[in-house]
Amino acid sequence: MPEIVAFNAIAAGIEPEAEKDPVALSGPWGRKPRRALSPRNIIIYGTLIVVALYYLLPLYVMVMTSLKGMPEIRLGNIFAPPLEITFEPWAKAWSSACTGLNCDGLSRGFWNSVRITVPSTIVSIAIASVNGYALANWRFKGADLFFTILIVGAFIPYQVMIYPIVIVLRELGVYGSLTGLIIVHTIFGMPILTLLFRNYFAGLPEELFKAARVDGAGFWTIYFRIMLPMSMPIFVVAMILQVTGIWNDFLFGVVFTRPEYYPMTVQLNNIVNSVQGVKEYNVNMAATILTGAVPLIVYFVSGRLFVRGIAAGAVKG
Amino acid sequence: MENVSVSVKDLSLSFGAVTVLDTLNLDIKDGEFLVLLGSSGCGKSTLLNCIAGLLDVSEGQIFIKNKNVTWEEPKDRGIGMVFQSYALYPQMSVEKNLSFGLKVAKVEKAEIDKRVSRAAEILQIQPLLKRKPAELSGGQRQRVAIGRALVRDVDVFLFDEPLSNLDAKLRSELRVEIKRLHQSLKNTMIYVTHDQIEALTLADRIAVMKSGVIQQLADPMTIYNAPENLFVAGFIGSPSMNFFRGELQLRDERAFVHANGVDFDVSAYPSRGPFRDGQKVVLGVRPEHVRVDEALSRQLSHQAVVDIEEPMGADNLLWLKLAGQSMSVRIAGQRRYKPGTAVTLSFDMAVASIFDAVSENRL
Repeated sequence: MPEIVAFNAIAAGIEPEAEKDPVALSGPWGRKPRRALSPRNIIIYGTLIVVALYYLLPLYVMVMTSLKGMPEIRLGNIFAPPLEITFEPWAKAWSSACTGLNCDGLSRGFWNSVRITVPSTIVSIAIASVNGYALANWRFKGADLFFTILIVGAFIPYQVMIYPIVIVLRELGVYGSLTGLIIVHTIFGMPILTLLFRNYFAGLPEELFKAARVDGAGFWTIYFRIMLPMSMPIFVVAMILQVTGIWNDFLFGVVFTRPEYYPMTVQLNNIVNSVQGVKEYNVNMAATILTGAVPLIVYFVSGRLFVRGIAAGAVKG
Repeated sequence: MENVSVSVKDLSLSFGAVTVLDTLNLDIKDGEFLVLLGSSGCGKSTLLNCIAGLLDVSEGQIFIKNKNVTWEEPKDRGIGMVFQSYALYPQMSVEKNLSFGLKVAKVEKAEIDKRVSRAAEILQIQPLLKRKPAELSGGQRQRVAIGRALVRDVDVFLFDEPLSNLDAKLRSELRVEIKRLHQSLKNTMIYVTHDQIEALTLADRIAVMKSGVIQQLADPMTIYNAPENLFVAGFIGSPSMNFFRGELQLRDERAFVHANGVDFDVSAYPSRGPFRDGQKVVLGVRPEHVRVDEALSRQLSHQAVVDIEEPMGADNLLWLKLAGQSMSVRIAGQRRYKPGTAVTLSFDMAVASIFDAVSENRL
């Protein structure tokens, strides 16, 4: 009576010594095995490696060159690592490289850029988020028209607007100052940021907004207490867009400010393009890396948040 | 009008050229549980939003507690509202969710605590007070949402499909709880749903809506047993009422509905006015008002063959062919019929409905 034996064994909590079914045990079982080196994997990883190299190689050359002295650079082996590492080009780029008349390096441009980027980013995000919130939740008369005008504004080439803006800034008495440039950056960030925030807020459940209104919350209470705490991802996205965009700006910096207020990008250009004496490739490379460091750090620090914010916007908006 | 709680007068709402509500009138008594029932797009949620003040009306007036609130903000109307998607503030704990409205209204701290703990006790959510909405199940979230309306200490509760996001089991549990809540609080409640079971079980009165117009406003039993028109008759009841299109014929002092070669004797039907010979009508009979193999009388009997059997446990649903169309009959669960069995059907015409085929109104 094998069944009874097996049954008793189960009842006692013991694995029954079952007669093994040869068919059930020989066929495919469990997780399907995957080969590491399938043609598919080779293509995927091959492409990824090639693309990564394509982007990393220039950075590699720049870092290596910036760490070499001029005699070593003249040997011409741009891919070779430095024989003698020197940080002098970095120091020079930061504090004593010459741009036109003054020779105090990129440091002044760096602080100018900070003084431009920080207020522009904060003010533009503050205004655009309220704009987006009003457009998404408080449908006022002419809201669609307003929004359309704002978006159309984003498609007008900057070049068309430069001269009129120069006149406007001059009339306001802020032409050539940092304030003027901050105003310009704030205004030019408005269309894309408003669109970003409007779509994000429109994607939040409408009933949440209704519930807050029934609870008696007004325009600002709903904005600060309900909407803002829910919107951190999109604020991070907006911050990254603005910081990198304004930091990398060259055109507005050169047009709307005087030399003593030039942002870092303009100064970098002046250092690299100065024609007196020998071309110091190592200093140029160091200066370029220094200028690019801020957006790079912003991406590294907040890259994950950025992706999450974009994804959240894509799903909900 | 002493005991009217909410009164809607000649209310119209249009978005551009689209009229969503058309000169709608509705009086809701104090402490009444009124259900607005209709399929999606019928304007029931729009009407609720108008009462809440979340939508501006195009024409007409809204009174709550005899006060004209047509132009008032939602918070000043003395209403609390519960939404389908719960609409809890995700970054706040349950306690903060409950107290948010009171804090905005600058109610004293002690009073807030008192009301929050009372609401938590009524809804049995005390253990959840410190949690965030994301850590709650659907049923718990909806309970918190009801609590948020509760702490506001309002006269009128508005429910916008509150159970539609829950699974079937939770839905029936919470349905009972809402009914219990209404019995103990005795507030006026206006409840929007597309679920007829919710409407029939909860309501004191149901307003069946279609295209922005109330089709019938009556207590659940009247709605179910004496639908005012063809739409209400077809909308309420699952499976739906059986309809036979035909012609009224008066012979030998009896009345018949002649449909597709079959004569239905409707002499027992309690009609509102005299029948007109030759009138085009629709005869409606609910599945449970047909007897199988137990003839009421010879005149009322018809032969049919079982097409499909759907056993549902308590009931057994038979689908048959009669007068060239499919019809359903509900019988007791233990009575089983194999497909292909010939049966005798008899119709209980005293509880049937007859509608004019043109106007679609009850005769």
